[in-house]
Amino acid sequence: MGIEESGGILVTTLEKVVNWARKYSVWPLTFGLACCAIEMICTAASRFDIARFGMEAYRPSPRQADMMIVAGTVTKKMLPAVLRLYEQMPDPKWVMVMGSCATCGGIFRSYAVVQGIDKYLPVDVYVPGCPPPPDALLYGITKIHEKIMQDKWLTKKYEHIKFPKKVEG
Amino acid sequence: MRKEIIKLNVGPQHPSTHGVLRLLVELEGEVVVSCDPDIGYLHRGIEKLMENRTYHRSIPLTERVDYLAGAANSLGYVLAVERLLGISEIPERARYIRVIVAELTRIASHLFWLATHGHDLGAMTPLFYALRDREIIMDFFETWAGKRLFPNMFRVGGVARDFPDGLEQEIKKFALELPQRMRDYETLLTKNPIWINRTKGVGVLTKEEVLDYGLSGPMARGSGLNFDIRRVDPYLGYDEFEFVVPLGENGDTYDRYLIRLEEMRQSCNIILQAVDRLPKGDIMIEDYQVAFPPKDKVINGEYLIPHYLLVVKGFKAPKGEIFHHTEAPKGELGFYIVSDGSEHPYRVKIRTPSFVNLQVISKLAKGRLLSDLIALIGTIDIVLADVDR
Repeated sequence: MGIEESGGILVTTLEKVVNWARKYSVWPLTFGLACCAIEMICTAASRFDIARFGMEAYRPSPRQADMMIVAGTVTKKMLPAVLRLYEQMPDPKWVMVMGSCATCGGIFRSYAVVQGIDKYLPVDVYVPGCPPPPDALLYGITKIHEKIMQDKWLTKKYEHIKFPKKVEG
Repeated sequence: MRKEIIKLNVGPQHPSTHGVLRLLVELEGEVVVSCDPDIGYLHRGIEKLMENRTYHRSIPLTERVDYLAGAANSLGYVLAVERLLGISEIPERARYIRVIVAELTRIASHLFWLATHGHDLGAMTPLFYALRDREIIMDFFETWAGKRLFPNMFRVGGVARDFPDGLEQEIKKFALELPQRMRDYETLLTKNPIWINRTKGVGVLTKEEVLDYGLSGPMARGSGLNFDIRRVDPYLGYDEFEFVVPLGENGDTYDRYLIRLEEMRQSCNIILQAVDRLPKGDIMIEDYQVAFPPKDKVINGEYLIPHYLLVVKGFKAPKGEIFHHTEAPKGELGFYIVSDGSEHPYRVKIRTPSFVNLQVISKLAKGRLLSDLIALIGTIDIVLADVDR
């Protein structure tokens, strides 16, 4: 945007202006799994104030959400529900992985825990930490914003990413 | 008129289930006929993982059992291991630091409960007020340990790091100010007619039912059962502090709300006493077979070798078994450790308060409205990692 400016007229491409609008209205899914969800709530609360990024509208229904923050340990019992929620979200959608557990299993290298949700979901941004402080989550959100701005949704055909149908375990 | 029973699946993804609880509810109209909790969505195998780790390396795992009160869990574990090893006395300063941190954790947990419980029942404002105060506690932990949610600073034989300069005064200031700020929360909720309608007479438990179900913590004290392990079976020298154990009369959600508020005030009271008595001195026992030597001395071979052995191999605990219980914010937290004389525990069983308290929900929800179910989940104050471990 802002490529040419004269007499109050702004010239831009449709792709850029839509991306700009999308960037500031990402609605996350209210979806807490474990410890990281507490830090996610802290990020949404008064001090860190996620509303600065246009994300204060946490949606409890996946059908209204744009972004899934996988906040916490994904167990093998929970995995089908996580995948189902992802499938219910309308396109375009983004996935952010919060914390070591969802990234790689973290300290829970046990029989019950999925060792990284990226085997099953196309992840956009990983936020490390156990749990990551709210500042780290906000940094991850700015990274998602960068990614949205680079999204060539109009000129490039949207490719559906296929992930294995069968759930391990 | 035709009556039909609707089966409703609440969770595992639901904004009011405080995590990944799944409730199988059968409804007749809006009235709950039966409510069956399905747990295990956050079972991470912590007890099994602890069997393959040395005693020290299990401390981070225990902190993640009840993630709203991380330090309270590792405190229970560390005390159990100390009792297994026969360590009866730790340096005074370490003991007071443990008390201060445990009570700060209790306040943090109850503040988060107040925020979410209010939010579930439609009161949005307490969430922002309560989390503002909770952030101050998180700042204390970050200053002390470098980590917000899980300080992970309790060790067998003491604490790993001393309070930095000036933190005691900050904590004292906070403990003096919080009861005043809590008056604001009370003006928002305590006499609010909507809040009273949603909570009074909901989830009534008698003393006998509390004993039958084995409930503990505010769930038990709400029904007038005087059971606080800090008083009944004192640990960490809690008997030397003056505090009141608040008791409810009606045993309903409203009483438990008042009790948790009063517990926060009493925790402030304990913190003030502990900060005033906080002595100078060591923070770790000098038995380097089990306790880490001071970090600044580890360059010296005399300290380096025990430190190395402790990190790599861990210490051997005597053969035997131990049960130690503490008063976690949500109730009685017990650690049962069986040792076969090696560096690893043979079996660890964690008796978590949420797991025991959750079972009463089937009884409480029966015959109530569906909207009361949300109030009941809030009043039991469950954390799903605490339920499933």
